[in-house]
Amino acid sequence: MKNILVYLEAQGDGLKRISYEVISAARSIAGDSARIYGVLVAGNSGQAENVGEYGLTDVIVANHILLERYSSTAVAATIFQAAESVGADCLLFPANAAGLELEPRLAVKLSAGYVADCTGLSADDGIIATKPVYAGKAQVKTKVETDKCVFSLRPNVFTATKADSPVSTNFTEMVPELTDNDVSVVVTSVDKNEGTLDVLEADMVVSGGRGVKSAENFNLIESLAEVLGGAVGASRAVVDAGWRPHSEQVGQTGKTVSPTLYVACGISGAIQHMAGMSTSKVIVAINKDKDAPIFKVADYGIVGDLFEVLPKLTDRIREVK
Amino acid sequence: MNILVCISRVPDTATKVVIGSDGNSIDSQGVKFIVNPYDELAIEEGLRLREKNGGVVTAVTIGTDKSTDVLRTALAMGVDKVILVKGEENPDSFYVAENLAAVAKDENPDLILLGRQSVDFDSLQIPSALGEILGMPSISVVSKLTIEDGKVTAERDIEGGCEIVEASLPCIISAQKGLNEPRYPKLPDIMKSRSKPIDQRDAAAAASRTSIIGMEIPLKQRAGKILTDSDDDINELVRMLHEDAKVI
Repeated sequence: MKNILVYLEAQGDGLKRISYEVISAARSIAGDSARIYGVLVAGNSGQAENVGEYGLTDVIVANHILLERYSSTAVAATIFQAAESVGADCLLFPANAAGLELEPRLAVKLSAGYVADCTGLSADDGIIATKPVYAGKAQVKTKVETDKCVFSLRPNVFTATKADSPVSTNFTEMVPELTDNDVSVVVTSVDKNEGTLDVLEADMVVSGGRGVKSAENFNLIESLAEVLGGAVGASRAVVDAGWRPHSEQVGQTGKTVSPTLYVACGISGAIQHMAGMSTSKVIVAINKDKDAPIFKVADYGIVGDLFEVLPKLTDRIREVK
Repeated sequence: MNILVCISRVPDTATKVVIGSDGNSIDSQGVKFIVNPYDELAIEEGLRLREKNGGVVTAVTIGTDKSTDVLRTALAMGVDKVILVKGEENPDSFYVAENLAAVAKDENPDLILLGRQSVDFDSLQIPSALGEILGMPSISVVSKLTIEDGKVTAERDIEGGCEIVEASLPCIISAQKGLNEPRYPKLPDIMKSRSKPIDQRDAAAAASRTSIIGMEIPLKQRAGKILTDSDDDINELVRMLHEDAKVI
């Protein structure tokens, strides 16, 4: 491996947390010889001003009038030009909404092998990527057979690690060569649920299942999530019943999450649900049924009525925090 | 409108995964295989667009003789014709994308629909890879789709919200939950689907770019402390989360 290019994703005045996780993963596989570059598309160097703390010495900042509205095809073309300009043979992306659309395009452009949604990367004899399959019921170790490789990394799994001492970062402006043909898809508006955190990005997730009994009762789940500064998740049964939106569904046909803390309330633990949350760092289960399968994957379980337990638990956590 | 729907055959989501003797794939003994749940949304969307605009819906899968079952399900749901591209048993996704692209070049569709991911390898990579190979726009994880006069407007799920994305036909769309409610095939249609023809083709020999060197069941040791709902135990739980696990 010669050079690694890391896709940096801006958010407001800074970068998404996953960007630092990806930089750190790049450093872990770079060894002594490979050089790491970041690429920030349609952003400014101020957004990446602290990447030096994470050991990133070079950032390409690409801007073009055709990048003013987000276009996955134009961004892919830009990243490709950045990769070629620095001779990158390994590209790292976040495995999130944007990254998962970009990386297959880059893999095709670079004739590279590609592994999506990795939870581990190691560099021994070539790079070996670990990736959950069957929604995490199993995982595979994959070797890329091509000279070039592209990986996307699952958020919240790789640790963002600061360098022993900060480095100074060299920012290079780049104007990619783009035409209207590169902008074959374009985002015309974004509708973010301000103030609510997505289960995929949240460090703390409180999920409710059938045991919550009604949409109204989710205020108990919301209260605990709020005290923890986390997001609300839901089981499939709850989403199918229309109590919560699809975007909150955790499980094999919903989202796969790995927060620091996952609290499952009134969720019995269908195999499809457990596939979506079993990589969480700490799991707490609250369920009336002591034989519920969810207790088998829990670090801590409370056998009891969630309607009694949740208000007390929420109060107690509020006191401690 | 000429619509191509790409489907895959996956283990039922209730499957308990057991690693096969090769150490690189699952033991398929006793496993029930189904149409990938997200692909059902893609089939349904294709059928609804045909009902509205007329045209032809073709379903294609890259697989082996075993894959005829999912094509028959697509026929029973109402697609007009099906194509089986016979190739490797456990191909990598580039092989799949290359072969789907070859079919797309033959069929010349206005719209290609897929599920947002196959619930086996969960890579979400075919829609954009296919788009890049074919030089077509692609929009992934779409929960609402409008097509008028060749203009595509899609609502795409992103972290914490959604975005509106526009493109023109021909275009590739991957389906997310919420796009529609797939129909159940009716018994007479299931019976009829059994005698319908399956267009069989041989896969092109595309070299895999990745190889699996091992599959395992992840094991994570859990503390497994079970408590009661007494006030003392709730306080103890919070203490453990705070002091032992240090997560709050």
